Amino acid sequence: MKTFSYERAAAPAAAIHAGAARGAKFLAGGTNLVDLMKYGVESPTTLVDINQLELKEVIASPDGGVTIGALVRNSDLADHPLIKNQYPLLSQALLSGASPQLRNMATTGGNLLQRTRCYYFTDISFPACNKRTPGSGCAALQGYNRIHAILGQTDKGSTSGESCIATNPSDMNVAMAALVANVEVEGPKGKRTIPFSEFHKLPGSSPWIESALKPDELIVGVTLPPAKFAKNAYYLKIRDRNSYAFALISVAAGLEMDRGTVKSAGLALGGVALKPWRDPEAEKVLVGKPAGAETFRQAADILLQGAKGYEHNAFKIEMAKQGVVRALTLASQGTTEGTQS
Amino acid sequence: MSVLPGDEPEDEEEIQQEEKELEKSELFFELSRRKFMQTAGMLSAGLAAGFPAGSFAEVNQPSNTQAITLKVNGQPKTLSLDTRTSLLDALRESLELTGTKKGCDHGQCGACTVLIDGRRVNSCLTLAFAAEGADITTIEGLARNSDPKDASELHPVQAAFLEHDGYQCGYCTPGQICSAVAAIGEHKRGALSIVSLHTGKSEHPPMTDDEIKERMSGNICRCGAYPNIVAAVRAVAGASA
Repeated sequence: MKTFSYERAAAPAAAIHAGAARGAKFLAGGTNLVDLMKYGVESPTTLVDINQLELKEVIASPDGGVTIGALVRNSDLADHPLIKNQYPLLSQALLSGASPQLRNMATTGGNLLQRTRCYYFTDISFPACNKRTPGSGCAALQGYNRIHAILGQTDKGSTSGESCIATNPSDMNVAMAALVANVEVEGPKGKRTIPFSEFHKLPGSSPWIESALKPDELIVGVTLPPAKFAKNAYYLKIRDRNSYAFALISVAAGLEMDRGTVKSAGLALGGVALKPWRDPEAEKVLVGKPAGAETFRQAADILLQGAKGYEHNAFKIEMAKQGVVRALTLASQGTTEGTQS
Repeated sequence: MSVLPGDEPEDEEEIQQEEKELEKSELFFELSRRKFMQTAGMLSAGLAAGFPAGSFAEVNQPSNTQAITLKVNGQPKTLSLDTRTSLLDALRESLELTGTKKGCDHGQCGACTVLIDGRRVNSCLTLAFAAEGADITTIEGLARNSDPKDASELHPVQAAFLEHDGYQCGYCTPGQICSAVAAIGEHKRGALSIVSLHTGKSEHPPMTDDEIKERMSGNICRCGAYPNIVAAVRAVAGASA
């Protein structure tokens, strides 16, 4: 690990000022950043510890939604009465991720910025990774790509400086995408709101740019709109082991039901792209229809349009489709009546 | 008298003589390694060579060393540490609290689990400086009596692991026990797991084996002592429910 200086910030303005220095990084839970520093993937010159900031509350908003402080720990967020009663989809997603120890450390803001678990990104002995070293190529394309993307990836060959087939590993992000959250950020020029769908970036032609957050900005919180899926929500996570593992695919499914008919829907896929995969058309196709496998399969087909698999992950396409149908089915049966697969 | 690591003298007197020599020549690492080997007894000497390199790996870099006070098991300790030091390395290398174990050093096994302000965390991914000001509890701080030779006043979870044989090699055990202490506390105050939510038990779910397995999934046991670990946790969680 490279040496760095460590300082604690007492207020957001001071943190933003210190964080704007070249080579500085904010330290929250550290579960991802410290790990990547050990691997030599991250090497900040200064760590600005923001854990003392007052961004630890979950508050009901005047509009009926909720505001989540950036430093609310994943475990506390999952167990907060407002979240588990009104946004059970988010509680389920949070409690599907990592381990109890890591959830006690990881924060809301940090989870948003969690970096990919692509082996070729994490292991610096592989020279080719456009995320780590822009222009160096993508080792995953011809490597072991079981956990990699099937949607929204850039594939111009393994030697192209634009290729990237990494995925976003977060469970929390998938639920927040389906709940149509907003990310609240603060920088030297003041505060701004980033819609969730615009926060994470697909690789495009610059895979090293991962979010809409500017280098001198600090995430201060996440806001959720008024809850619609309190009664019918299911987070389905399919993985190689039933706990403490990243998703092969995951589905966040929320339904607003009116006597067997879908009034509105929130649907997002995890483990398939560099951002939570959501298509408003897939949600629209459900509206006004009776809840049932046939309709759900239509939504799945729309959501997986254009999917492309690789040597080790082509199975994900059909798995994701069936996952969508299963998650929507369990959601339609009611949040508390689902059974664990 | 020359002392070479790897020389394994047989004679008791000779060993004591060697240890004095090691102390004099400040070879503390070799000395503490040797004490560890003696305590572990059954472990082969070859294992020592396989230890994770940890903080010893990059001694050539200029360090950024600062004073730090860590409150461990109720005792404030002031140290001088490189800012890169993990809480795990601070505990093991600087405070000689070697009960907390280094398994993967990447937050994937749970062997390094300690309690910070009563919450279980991975000490390998916690920077020592980020833990300054907090109450840190390690496996050494759980028993009411800190004498390792006195088992009479063990923490109930420690006693249950003994009773139910919740280990084989024992390397993951301190992490398992710290994790279980917190898991039982979380369950008591009504914290949910994904098993609770997916089985529809969202108010004080009973501590079933499925709940225990999910809530303890952050601690890996490569010997596979899981059935006995579950039994130990069940015994304490059931008794306190």
